[in-house]
Amino acid sequence: MTPETLLQVKDLEVTFALRSGKYQAVKGVTFDVAKGERLGLVGESGAGKSITGFSIINLISQPGYISGGQVLFEGRDLSKLSPEEMRSIRGDRVAMIFQDPMMTLNPVLTIGQQMLETVRAHRNVSGDEARAIAMDKLAKVHISSPERRLKQYPHEFSGGMRQRIVIAISLLSDPALIIADEPSTALDVTIQAEIMELLLELCESDRMGLILISHDLGVVSQVTQRMAIMYAGYIVEVGPTAEIITNPSHPYTQGLLAALPGLQKRRGRLNQIPGVMPGLTSIPPGCPFHPRCQSVMPVCSEKIPALCDHGAVRVACHAVTQEARS
Amino acid sequence: MFAFFIRRAGQAALVMVVISLVCFAVQHKIGDPIRDLAGESVSEAERQLLREKLGLSDPLPKQYIRFVTNAARGDLGISYMFGKPALDVILQKFPATAELVFCAVIWVLVLSLPMGIYAAIRPKSVLTRIIMGVSIVGVSIPVFLIAIILIWIFSVYLGWLPSFGRGDTIVLPGGWTTGLATWDGIRHMVLPSISLASLTLPLFVRLIRSEMMEVLQSEFVKFAYAKGLPLWRIYLVHAFKNTLLPVITVGGVRIGTMLAFTILTETVFQWQGMGFIFLQAVERADTSLLVAYLVVVGLIFVGVNTVVDLVYGLVNPMVRVTGRK
Amino acid sequence: MLAKWTAFKNSWFLYRFLRDPVAVSCTVVLFVMVAAAFLAPVIAPHDVYDASNTDILDARTAPMWLEDGSSNFILGTDQQGRDLLSAMLYGMRTSIIIGLGATILQCVIGVVLGLTAGYAGGKTDAFLMRMADVQLSFSTLMVAIIISVLVDVLLGRHALALREQMAVPILVLVIGLAEWPQVARTVRASVLGEKKKEYVEAARVIGLPPLRIMFKHIMPNTLSPVLVIATVQVAGAIMSEAALSFLGLGMPVTRPSLGSLIKTGFEYIFSGAWWITAFPGITLVVLILVINLLGDWLRDFLNPKLYKKG
Repeated sequence: MTPETLLQVKDLEVTFALRSGKYQAVKGVTFDVAKGERLGLVGESGAGKSITGFSIINLISQPGYISGGQVLFEGRDLSKLSPEEMRSIRGDRVAMIFQDPMMTLNPVLTIGQQMLETVRAHRNVSGDEARAIAMDKLAKVHISSPERRLKQYPHEFSGGMRQRIVIAISLLSDPALIIADEPSTALDVTIQAEIMELLLELCESDRMGLILISHDLGVVSQVTQRMAIMYAGYIVEVGPTAEIITNPSHPYTQGLLAALPGLQKRRGRLNQIPGVMPGLTSIPPGCPFHPRCQSVMPVCSEKIPALCDHGAVRVACHAVTQEARS
Repeated sequence: MFAFFIRRAGQAALVMVVISLVCFAVQHKIGDPIRDLAGESVSEAERQLLREKLGLSDPLPKQYIRFVTNAARGDLGISYMFGKPALDVILQKFPATAELVFCAVIWVLVLSLPMGIYAAIRPKSVLTRIIMGVSIVGVSIPVFLIAIILIWIFSVYLGWLPSFGRGDTIVLPGGWTTGLATWDGIRHMVLPSISLASLTLPLFVRLIRSEMMEVLQSEFVKFAYAKGLPLWRIYLVHAFKNTLLPVITVGGVRIGTMLAFTILTETVFQWQGMGFIFLQAVERADTSLLVAYLVVVGLIFVGVNTVVDLVYGLVNPMVRVTGRK
Repeated sequence: MLAKWTAFKNSWFLYRFLRDPVAVSCTVVLFVMVAAAFLAPVIAPHDVYDASNTDILDARTAPMWLEDGSSNFILGTDQQGRDLLSAMLYGMRTSIIIGLGATILQCVIGVVLGLTAGYAGGKTDAFLMRMADVQLSFSTLMVAIIISVLVDVLLGRHALALREQMAVPILVLVIGLAEWPQVARTVRASVLGEKKKEYVEAARVIGLPPLRIMFKHIMPNTLSPVLVIATVQVAGAIMSEAALSFLGLGMPVTRPSLGSLIKTGFEYIFSGAWWITAFPGITLVVLILVINLLGDWLRDFLNPKLYKKG
């Protein structure tokens, strides 16, 4: 762990205890984020990327819990903190942005109430000081006349405006890390770009770390410096964004990229990966991707591949490692 | 907001029309104003004359319109049991019933809020199981039976509390007789108000719990956790304020329905309120008194609904702009 | 038939049911109570409808295990000298008949009006649902009281004998008319859901008459929520019967129901004859409680979404 490391997730495991048994949704996930670095977590829905994001600030809903591994943030293991210590980090050093801004803000409280309570939960400041901070952050996300906006209720804003407000709330305590869970998915396409632009701008100007969770490779590749591809609770490929986009190693990453509607091949069908991702209760033995993999080998259904260095990236695939060896 | 207001007004009008029709039917069919006015000992010819004079031979619609006009002027006929205008009799009994309902509502609110919230945020604790278990037993015991059990325990067996009547009352300026100003009056209030609250309380606990559990699953509560807010603020400000909206609509109606159960409670405790008088009027076929009770109850119902809507509007910022969904 | 039985035996319903001790014991208790009620003429020690059988000198005899009890009357006697156990068995039968009858009536009214409101929409829907709202916010008990007063009015003051004779059908009518809104609302909600589905559209396209679509195609799909409320409504109807009888608007004292027994007993509670109220009261509460618990269980079962929340 270098001084520049902000967050280090080591062998993280998240388990869901259901009536029918225990199921691991996240299996030995390891990655790190440097100060001011932007990391993308990419995968289909159900791949465990959101659960990974939420488990960083220990906010997994029942019946899930962290069953192993470490989450080292600024030198402290967040998974071992008491609830009160954890509370003081949430919204202060680590902030979150949720998917659907229509659901994230409390409909019966004004924007001002929702912002001030966050400031005052972490800092001992007067109401006027808190209001000044809130107005400053609203201005930062380009919301005009913040004074008046503070008195309004969420339903008086459009979806894009609400997401800006949510971002402003996440900025209130100048966090070192923002975890954004599909921040633009629920919005119109034109507004999506605006929101991503805003996030990028804020991270760069304040040197904030960002974990961007998304199923959209296109969005992630535009914003992040590094990305991790997740499949069925595992990270299957992690490395610099540019490298993964131009030269994907894992068959799953290749499939994802091929499925992107590119401009170069206007005609012809979009490529899709055959089959669907297995559910939590029906993960096949060996490499979880092998039933859908085009370069499947006998070993794939027997042994779970480990993440190995492969050029600039790390990949978990038997085919890739074998190729490298020979 | 305007459409919403019109709809509410329409509902209120519908209530009053239905009530007036019921009242008119009651008065027309069993009401014998001749007996009320002249007594039993007048000759048939005299009766006929009186009948003509009072317009009882007019066509029904005309009589109905006359009935409504009189009612609107506050003239609902004379109660023969009391020999006074029926409306006066009912209004005189109104404070007793109002105070009973008021105290029952206090019990319900003071007890159901903490119990419902606790049961929602600790769904698996032993205490929650006890609360929920007691509440389903509570829903299953009829109000009058609770009243009887309370009387048997606290009046007959222990002899701690009085079992009937209002005790010492004081007439306040304005003619309101209150039982809440004396120690004796308050002692008399304990058992009846608990009985009346006994049906609504478990319903409120279950309502608050299920609504609050639903709110606790919502995204904005999760976001409140992610903002690092203290737990009490998440529960009491974020979750509870949203729980209040459905609780006010459903709960407001429930408090309105308590009025019906005052008839039972007042009968058991011989509480001299509107319900007690109403039942006497039924037994003695005092038509005017019946009609007066129904009209007053209809007005109270409309009033309660209006208050509920106002409170709802105060809590829900959305209603001020768009109207209720 | 046999195939159906095997399917039922292996069903998820039965599996879950047998694994819930509360549900099983409630069913057993309910079954015993209903059986005892309907076998009342056979198993009751005395015939309470036969006036020659009762002796006023036996009035208010204590239960047999008390000092001044008599082995002739296991639970003692009421103020007329009737055997309390027999009166309770007959009374429970009356209460259950009224409860079931009123529930069937309100289901019929509720399903028809709910289907009409949901299918027709527009003004019909608005009017019917306003009516339902008004009735509900007035509370079913108040509506039932008003309707019974109206019935008294229609029968006239001098038809007391007729009133007593017709007490059971009148109560069924009164409670059924007072409690239909719950059913109608539920049916309407599921009709609105069903109406959007393709099979209804298809039936309309091939030109089936609306009544046929409503009753043959939509109605069967709305019945499972009706079943859930119907269970709880039986308990509600039995409670309403007891309340009305307690107020003197229901069963006359000469023809026992659980409510009228409690009513007569209450007058003697201060003189120490607690049993006349206590035993019918306990019976009433147990009856309502087991039905409510079964209703809760059924709702949880048919609505597993609620389970996950816990």
